[in-house]
Amino acid sequence: MAEPLIRMQNIRKSYGRVQALEDANFHVNEREIVGLLGDNGAGKSTLIKVLSGAVPLTSGDIFIRGQKVSLRSTSDAIAQGIETIYQDSALVTQLSIARNLFLGREPLKPPRFLNRMDQDAMNTVARDLLKQVGISKNIPPTTPIGSLSGGERQAVAIARAMHFDSDLIILDEPTNNLGVAETQGVLSFVRNARDSGHSCIFIAHNIHHVFQVVDRIVVMRRGKVVADDIDPKKTSVLEVERIITGMSDKEIRDAIADGKPSH
Amino acid sequence: MENRSLIQHFVARPEFGPFVLLVVEIAVFWGINHDFLSPQNISNTLAFTVELGLIALAMTLLMTSGEFDLSVGSLFGFSPVLMWTLFNSGLTSLEVGFVAALLVAGFIGLVNGWFVTQLKIPSFLVTLGMLLVVRGTALFVTDGFPQRTWSAEGSWLAEALVGDFFIGPFRIYMSLFWFIAAAIALGYVLTQSRTGNWIQAAGGNPNAARARGVNVSGVKIGLFVLSSVMASLAGVISSLRTSAANPNSGTGYELEVIAMVVIGGTALTGGRGTIIGTVLGILILRVMRNGIVLIGVPGLAYNIFIGAIILGMMALHSWLERRHQAGT
Repeated sequence: MAEPLIRMQNIRKSYGRVQALEDANFHVNEREIVGLLGDNGAGKSTLIKVLSGAVPLTSGDIFIRGQKVSLRSTSDAIAQGIETIYQDSALVTQLSIARNLFLGREPLKPPRFLNRMDQDAMNTVARDLLKQVGISKNIPPTTPIGSLSGGERQAVAIARAMHFDSDLIILDEPTNNLGVAETQGVLSFVRNARDSGHSCIFIAHNIHHVFQVVDRIVVMRRGKVVADDIDPKKTSVLEVERIITGMSDKEIRDAIADGKPSH
Repeated sequence: MENRSLIQHFVARPEFGPFVLLVVEIAVFWGINHDFLSPQNISNTLAFTVELGLIALAMTLLMTSGEFDLSVGSLFGFSPVLMWTLFNSGLTSLEVGFVAALLVAGFIGLVNGWFVTQLKIPSFLVTLGMLLVVRGTALFVTDGFPQRTWSAEGSWLAEALVGDFFIGPFRIYMSLFWFIAAAIALGYVLTQSRTGNWIQAAGGNPNAARARGVNVSGVKIGLFVLSSVMASLAGVISSLRTSAANPNSGTGYELEVIAMVVIGGTALTGGRGTIIGTVLGILILRVMRNGIVLIGVPGLAYNIFIGAIILGMMALHSWLERRHQAGT
């Protein structure tokens, strides 16, 4: 089997005496959408924070395409092609779509010492990206993020990750507080991202949303990955809910045995 | 939104309210007392306006990044005291004393920024503490007495900063050009440069900015340094112009400067700032101070007007903001 895009091995993370992650093993393949599920406090957020460089791990290894990497900051993770879109903190509402898309990586007009942003280029790219990601409305790239809907904001964040060729896009609760139509929009943005060659980790409390879009489901409980090969096409929502809420290992194995895909 | 007419676009800008207020203010004062627009009155008003204005320009960037600086008034008093003390004691030339004053101010800004970004203490508390430290130092060093300042005559530094000349009947100080240059430079930084994008992001959503690899702490520390250096420069300019270096000067300027910035449309909570608005805010407050004296209102009533203007403008900005959020 080919080396996965991301492999996290024996990840431990403790906050004082609290063990947030305990020998967690997790991987994401190329061009794959992985749904990461678990109850509150299961360790999903911590695992994602470790992978996005936001918190340092206590022990364990992270490999990208088989190469061991050290992710000490969010900049490290971005440089390694890992983009995290947090629910509330992805965008600056006061800035325009184009300025958000390029935040931290603004193109400059020559001469560079004048530090002048190339706003025409930013607006042109932003306009194309909005189309590419699937926003059908004609929204000018100079529109402030604050006047966009929740779904449109997610689209902008996903577009940004796609533009900067992030290999892995981590979406933390992208469908929270969205209406039905907007949710479907965001799910299609995620599919578009996968189809254009990106991998995604999709975290959502609403299992039905996860089932609609992911290729594989991983479940965490009490800091451990308790199931990492659930095929949403062959497993029922109810079974996954039972795994999330906690059963014995045998029960879990029994529950997913029917739907376990072969390698 | 692109189809909006030019007038609608202009009205929706945060600078529109302050602009109308300034025009009304000037019209009212001129209507009551025609001397208000006399060359002499305009020259006098402008001389001090630009000195406070230099601080307000830097404060605009700092407040856009989500912080503010209460120590600017104390630096306004402290820096000229330091410069003249160094010069009068024969330790340095006036020019070296000037550079030393700016460097010390820069260091004070660095300390402010370090406390705010590294120790995560709100800028209100940090700069309030620094205000007392700096003001206290100025008073202690001078025993509370003004410094001798009469020997600046003919110094090239004094000429460059506050040299005056006449354009027709208007007496213009060089400081006006420094103010215009600073306004253009900082307006450019805020709206055109990459740094400006980082400043707005640092104030609007620091976590998002950090997640994009923006050095939010670095941006804020830099702006604290800028704020301190500009306050120091303004203090030195004022001292050279008036031939006075009083350790108590600048008392209360911090609040007047912050008022100028928020009246202009910069958000106190950060994320949105406008240099044009600040220039209007500076003029609104200084014209008010000058105008109410000229039309015979007691000077002691000044604060009533300023308070009313601040409340009125905040209500206007809040209304515009809600309209903006609603997308109308």
